[in-house]
Amino acid sequence: MRQRHENTALVVLGIVGLVVMFAAPHFLQLFTIINLTTAIGLALLALSLGLVWGHGGILCFGQTAFFGVGAYVYAVAAQNFGETTGAAVLAIAAAAAVAAILGYFMFYGRISDVYLGVITLTVTLIFFNLLRRTSGPEYKIGTALLGGFNGTTAPPLSLPWDGNTILFPHQVFHVAMGALIVAYFGCVWLTRSHFGRVCIAIRENETRAELLGYDARLYKLGLFTVGGGLAGLAGILIANGIGRVTPDLFNLSYAAQTIIWVIVGGRGTLIGPVLGAFTIFWLASWLGTQSYFSINIVLGIVMILFVLLLPRGVVPALIDLTGRWTRRKMSQRERMRARRRTGRRAMQPAE
Amino acid sequence: MRREVVVQTRDLSMRFGGVVANDRVNFDLYAGELRCLIGPNGAGKSTFFKCLTGQLKPSEGTVMIREQDTTGYDTHEVAQLGVGIKTQIPNVFDGLTVEENVLLSCRRWYGARRAQTLTAETLERVRLGDIRQRTVGTLAHGQRQWVELAMVMAAQPWLVLLDEPAAGMTDEETVFTADLIREINKTASMIIVEHDMNFIRSIANKVTVFHRGAILIEDTMDVISADPLVREVYLGHKH
Repeated sequence: MRQRHENTALVVLGIVGLVVMFAAPHFLQLFTIINLTTAIGLALLALSLGLVWGHGGILCFGQTAFFGVGAYVYAVAAQNFGETTGAAVLAIAAAAAVAAILGYFMFYGRISDVYLGVITLTVTLIFFNLLRRTSGPEYKIGTALLGGFNGTTAPPLSLPWDGNTILFPHQVFHVAMGALIVAYFGCVWLTRSHFGRVCIAIRENETRAELLGYDARLYKLGLFTVGGGLAGLAGILIANGIGRVTPDLFNLSYAAQTIIWVIVGGRGTLIGPVLGAFTIFWLASWLGTQSYFSINIVLGIVMILFVLLLPRGVVPALIDLTGRWTRRKMSQRERMRARRRTGRRAMQPAE
Repeated sequence: MRREVVVQTRDLSMRFGGVVANDRVNFDLYAGELRCLIGPNGAGKSTFFKCLTGQLKPSEGTVMIREQDTTGYDTHEVAQLGVGIKTQIPNVFDGLTVEENVLLSCRRWYGARRAQTLTAETLERVRLGDIRQRTVGTLAHGQRQWVELAMVMAAQPWLVLLDEPAAGMTDEETVFTADLIREINKTASMIIVEHDMNFIRSIANKVTVFHRGAILIEDTMDVISADPLVREVYLGHKH
């Protein structure tokens, strides 16, 4: 029953996604399309954290570490290779590898939740400070200058079979939206697979999962690595959206915002973080056009309001609400039917 | 022919700082046996249990499960030998449904389809069929205990370790739990830590009494309940 509702919702989501993917460039201005590509990158970052935190219970405060690594590896490799397909693959692999190495030490070292958050946040800030100090001409990988605070240019995506044909912004948007749709449904599939169910079980009760014979460390590491790879993909998209890769991708602001997107959208769902990222991105851009309120203060207030009033986020609250509504409707129908039945019985002649 | 020893500890000691929770415990469990561990609070039963299940690493001594030296094994490694474990505090997946809880246990050992049928069978045996779609976190304490028992049964273990399976149950629930335990014992050797004397009397053939971290006496329930030393340990003074 619930599964069927979920499937219907998924089909609708898929259709909406595809419509946006193909229709948006016809209606929106170029500037908006490029901005949307950036937003999709951020949504994918939120999705990766939604997977790792919401389904694995791993509070990763530095999901931006893998995001930034993905972006940097893509930019540097694309400048060196002269084409972008290999660079993109390398970027995802590198982000996943960084997550795997970091995850190995955290999970096999049995580090608990709070420390895990602290460590991941520290890692992303280390990357931030490290790359800020790479401004000299000696910080060069192949032909790509790292550029310190100003970062390095990220070449736009090119065709896989023809590195010289660079994609137009609206084509990059198609790729980004396509990547988001594929990643989203991939995550849905993953969380429904046996692997995903075990990860959820570990989130619920790690001791019980181990008592059943599941090696919790290995499953967490697997999920964390997948999340890292996804964040890397998000990094590639953001590099394309902005056109530059700077150390800011690693900074505290992005790291904290990712958490806010997931909290606002809803932990434990996959669409929640995606919608949360889009909404907050839109809110922040809109706030950026005025000068009465500081963006950070407004985001802070939003965060506080959500934690106080809707701690589980928008999407779970909506699901609850619709669930309650359909249940009430069903029980009403049930009662009607019962009344009809007793009515009929009353009409039968007494023996 | 001697019966096979399935669990054996030799000089098992566990110390927490200066506190000796287990002191050179030598314990044997034979195949097919149903053994109860009893003892007053702080006697070291639960520590001993945790050493067997890999939740604690013993300070000294060895644990053997069949021919395997499992000293220092992690919990999941012990479980992978085909051992079913239920802990003292109900350890269940509170956010998932009853069915999913049990399915996760089956699925560790069997393919998707076989796991589905086994889950359905187990749920019927434990009389949880009607509430299979309920979230475990919303169930009463006794039912949660049964969900955990169902998870243990569903994996069809050959060795079952239970820590206080009847804790907090009503008399009626305890009777049914005893039935379930006897049924599990048909195919598995068992070690059960318990407090409830009537419950133990209804299931056990042999009882091991712990006192101050060591084994005080091992015998049938009748002999033990008549033993003056045991009475003294339990009640704190001579009668």
